[in-house]
Amino acid sequence: MSTPDLQTGPDVSTTSAPSPTPPPPAAAVGGAKPRRRGGKATGPRYPAWLAAPLLTYYLVIFVAPLLLLVAFALATQADSFAGEQYAFGFNLSNFEAVFDGLYLDVFVQTFLLAAGGTLATVLVGFPLAYWMARHVSSKRKMLVVLLVMIPFWTSFLIRTFAWKLILDGNGAFAGALGIDILYTWKAILIGLVYGYLPLFVLPVYASLERMDWTLVDGAKDLGATPWRAFRQITLPLTRPGIMAGTLLVFIPMAGEYVIPQMLGGGRFLFIGSVIQGQFIGASNWPFGSAVSIALMLILSAFVVLYVVSALKEEQFGE
Amino acid sequence: MSVETEFDVRFRGVTKRFGGVVAVDDLDLDVRKGEFLSLLGSSGCGKTTSLRMIAGFEQPTSGSILIGDDDAVGVPPYRRDVNTVFQHYALFPHMTVLDNVAYGLKQRGVEKAERRKRAQAALDLVHLEGREGRKPRELSGGQQQRVALARALVMEPRVLLLDEPLGALDQQLRKDMQVELKRIQQEVGITFVYVTHDQGEAMSMSDRIAVMCNGKIEQLDAPEVVYDRPSSAFVAGFIGEMNTMAGTVRGVSGGVATIDVASGTVAAPVDGVHPSGDVLVGIRPEKVRVVADLDGPNRVAATVVTRLQLGSQIQLVAEMADGTTLTAVVPRAGTDADVDDLVPGDHIHLSWSASAPILLAA
Repeated sequence: MSTPDLQTGPDVSTTSAPSPTPPPPAAAVGGAKPRRRGGKATGPRYPAWLAAPLLTYYLVIFVAPLLLLVAFALATQADSFAGEQYAFGFNLSNFEAVFDGLYLDVFVQTFLLAAGGTLATVLVGFPLAYWMARHVSSKRKMLVVLLVMIPFWTSFLIRTFAWKLILDGNGAFAGALGIDILYTWKAILIGLVYGYLPLFVLPVYASLERMDWTLVDGAKDLGATPWRAFRQITLPLTRPGIMAGTLLVFIPMAGEYVIPQMLGGGRFLFIGSVIQGQFIGASNWPFGSAVSIALMLILSAFVVLYVVSALKEEQFGE
Repeated sequence: MSVETEFDVRFRGVTKRFGGVVAVDDLDLDVRKGEFLSLLGSSGCGKTTSLRMIAGFEQPTSGSILIGDDDAVGVPPYRRDVNTVFQHYALFPHMTVLDNVAYGLKQRGVEKAERRKRAQAALDLVHLEGREGRKPRELSGGQQQRVALARALVMEPRVLLLDEPLGALDQQLRKDMQVELKRIQQEVGITFVYVTHDQGEAMSMSDRIAVMCNGKIEQLDAPEVVYDRPSSAFVAGFIGEMNTMAGTVRGVSGGVATIDVASGTVAAPVDGVHPSGDVLVGIRPEKVRVVADLDGPNRVAATVVTRLQLGSQIQLVAEMADGTTLTAVVPRAGTDADVDDLVPGDHIHLSWSASAPILLAA
């Protein structure tokens, strides 16, 4: 459900740290074929129709379903057992039901676990990305990046199921170690971190790769301890990558329903599970749609707050 | 001044290996208090590694380094009383010029008003008033270079290390900055250790030059001594131009050695050790003159091969009877006979003063 918000991630990551050398004059290429006069001559011009496939895709895959979702969310579920009937209209009662006490708790629980999962991903992923960028020889870097991505070659479902076997207190592994955390929030957290780690590591690794490490030498030369050099130089300069990474994991985590179902044993309801239940179990599409839209709006609000606060910090942190 | 504090940096038998490669080889070096010392050499000679060992970014494989009277081996960069002007400046792109310059003082815990004041004074010293609020990328290369200098100078270090700081600037700016750097060094009285591959830079600014090759110092002397009395053919070739002729010492008498070379005999002044056997005789091109005839000592006949206009001077490459060549750089409107009219193929006579030939180890 949160797919549209994913668009924010790559957008953020493109605002890279400024390089010490000015960019080459891109106008040199564009000037070769001045199709149109005026405007910003900042690059080669392409005919507008090249955007058509993307635009079509965007309309069909994103805009149309979103409009459909809004239409369903405003519809009324017909109260008959003679098959699913919807009365389309402008009915806000579905949204009122979303913010009823019961579902509010689910929202809070979802965001707490997603936030916890994101934090844990940062704690595991940042050192990994840092190690990859700074301490792996350039010959082995591609291999390590590949290793980070390899889990993606197996179905997400199968990998999550594998964790169920690993964490099962009666199973061979966790049983032997005396660990019994399956069907607890800890198991969900482990599943979340495992499932989304590469999505955080890769953008952060990319921004650390672009980092000019002589700046850290410069800071140390001026008396900064390694920790202060990290906090005052490395962290602010790789912030775009870290922001992209956290958004890339937080947003899908908040919409997650496979991991809480399999590793939480249904005891920890995620808002994603509620949505799934409404569409598949209860067959209440209007309510499911309303919950989806609420999730999207709340996530969007989170993202805006996050981006604004991060940018503000950059301005005043100088 | 006591003996202990006469030097700001002392290397004793310092060796640095990277894997199997020896970057710095059993190096001894004393940097005098307040001097402008250049480490001069081509890339891979160990000059930058030596600088990074003073800064603390590299640790020697063996040997000892003293900064002041303190053993510096194992001390991290942030606890050393030295600061560096980096080759590409390493200015913090997310901070303003003023914050860049105040950064080191902030690490020292200097309070805000004070560090502003001192950063401002450092910016005034390098003539960057009015640029405090800019970001580094909004400045020109020369201005960025000044910010880097101010950022290091504001720390009032015992030694300022400069790693080819003028390398990225264009010709005219380099010339201006050489004058500027020397002025600043004399004004603040801080010891400068300057790494460069540009002999012109080293000559114009340094009190002493250490010419490095293969991780060792070939010669460490005042610029004019390095130029006039190079200790080896390598130094002679690295600093300025040098005609060299291989020969054999025939005899030494009265402080003058007579050497048989391919084109005849050359007399060279001797100081100190008496040479013998195979040697190299060097003559600077600007000490070679065009003369009217062969009447007198130190004169040879030659044929002009190439003539190169250098502006106020002319460079002549002339071939002697045996086929070896001699390069002369002569003033255009000087006393030399009609050099302006010379063309390749002309027969000329060349001469040099008795003190011009330099004996070098073969």
